[in-house]
Amino acid sequence: MLDILLSDFFQRALIGGVLIGLTAPLIGIFLVLRRLSMIGDTLSHVTIAGVALGFLIEVYPLAAGLVFAVLASFAIEKLRKAYKSYAELSIAIIMSGGVALASLFFTLGMGYNTDVMSYLFGSIYTLDTTDIYMVGGVTIIVIAVVVMFFKEFFLLSFEEDAASVSGLPVKMMNMIITVLTALVVSTAIKIVGALLVSALLTIPVAISLLLARSFRSSIVLSVIISEIAVIGGLMLAGVFNLAPGATIVLLLISLLIVTLVGKKGFTT
Amino acid sequence: MEPAAQDCHQPIIQIKNVSFHYRDQQVIKDLNFTIKERDFVGMVGSNGAGKTTLLRMIVGLLPAVEGSIELFGQPIRKFQDWERIGYVPQKNSFNPLFPATVREVVMSGLYNRKKMFRRLTRLDHQKCEDALEVMRIQDIADKRIGALSGGQQQRVFLARALINRPDLLILDEPTIGIDAETQAGFFELITHMHAHHHMTFLMVTHDLDMVKDYLGESPVSQNGKIQFYVRHSHEIENCAEVDLQHSLV
Ligand SMILES: Nc1ncnc2c1ncn2[C@@H]1O[C@H](COP(=O)(O)OP(=O)(O)OP(=O)(O)O)[C@@H](O)[C@H]1O
Ligand SMILES: [Mg+2]
Repeated sequence: MLDILLSDFFQRALIGGVLIGLTAPLIGIFLVLRRLSMIGDTLSHVTIAGVALGFLIEVYPLAAGLVFAVLASFAIEKLRKAYKSYAELSIAIIMSGGVALASLFFTLGMGYNTDVMSYLFGSIYTLDTTDIYMVGGVTIIVIAVVVMFFKEFFLLSFEEDAASVSGLPVKMMNMIITVLTALVVSTAIKIVGALLVSALLTIPVAISLLLARSFRSSIVLSVIISEIAVIGGLMLAGVFNLAPGATIVLLLISLLIVTLVGKKGFTT
Repeated sequence: MEPAAQDCHQPIIQIKNVSFHYRDQQVIKDLNFTIKERDFVGMVGSNGAGKTTLLRMIVGLLPAVEGSIELFGQPIRKFQDWERIGYVPQKNSFNPLFPATVREVVMSGLYNRKKMFRRLTRLDHQKCEDALEVMRIQDIADKRIGALSGGQQQRVFLARALINRPDLLILDEPTIGIDAETQAGFFELITHMHAHHHMTFLMVTHDLDMVKDYLGESPVSQNGKIQFYVRHSHEIENCAEVDLQHSLV
């Protein structure tokens, strides 16, 4: 039964998972701190529309999903301008658009296989070598950009006005973060599933916010937490034949509860 | 109260025929005002007079609807030298759960356009320690910003504004929520900086006593409900001193 952990497909899932466990909180922290946690959810729903279209017209589904997610991220930024100070409105609009398109493509292409399920809830079986290259490429891009703009992203998330008064290109940086989110989300859905991707972006950060004092330590901590959940969750999924999205997210929520209790965070 | 004819101080902020309105509410109407190098300007006015709005236009966060604003002799659109300006907004809109230490926040005063793609140097870290020391917050440097009192937070934001040793310091009600003793200390600190460092001040305050003590009994000009009290630079130094300073820079 433990043989499964040594199989090729599981090894691939593990490599992909570890890479995503690194990039998700790295981007997630900037979303959570700017109160844009819902962007991950929105982009994953749009990605699913792209994936469904990919199946329909027989294009590599993840690539189609990625293109959709990036386009949606541009649309979100555009709408954010139109509805200044109602960021969540533009997010909700794009999210419902994504779900509508996804269900349209799904019903058009009735009868394709269970692969679709794996995009919704994640799977350890479906990651192929192309997917690994995708995840690897995205990981390199995300790390490079975050390292390059670390100071600026910090100030942007801390106080957007201050970033603006310092002459930083605030619009462009918002855009970059949203596009990076699209990249991470669309590559993560094969493992975690579209419905649960945003949990991986936000819960590790939510836990680290309870523990860390400095920005640096909260980033390190959220990556560690996310890796524990991804690796543990994938193993549980492999051994007990469960959807990895579910095991990873439930592990994260358990960690959150333990932290809250340990901190006596339930202040009354 | 016209400045002396041979005044050698350069204009730092020039506001010409500026008007501003939100949707249908006129806030500032046809304002003309010039602040020169090393002036200390106190802005006073009732709540909703438009003081914060004016400061936000000066730092480029709001576009003037009409008229023009020049900073250091350049139109605001072309202005690049933001590190010459320290700005402490009225309410800091940061999220109290934000995981940032005092040191990280003060350091962020250095993160401007010119510093993009550059690493922080040892000199930058030294500047940060100096700013912490000036505001006497070294002992809380590793605390989380959200865990501090309002007065302590205000010192942190001041330290952040001072880290670049700006030529112009813009303060929007810097002593709000600070106890009387700390407030007195704070005014002493900024008037000391005004007297001994080559800095220009633009400060919004409701503390008329402080204003009248340092800036004189009556306002130099008025626009709508906003009054400007000024201690002109030519009152504290003459042109020979200015020339000397310029030759040292
Ligand atoms: N974002 C905004 N949208 C619409 N109206 C605004 C906005 N900000 C301020 N106002 C209005 O503009 C007027 C001036 O506001 P401002 O904040 O500049 O006043 P202030 O002089 O700084 O007051 P205070 O002493 O209370 O800080 C007020 O009547 C306010 O209601
Ligand atoms: Mg105000």
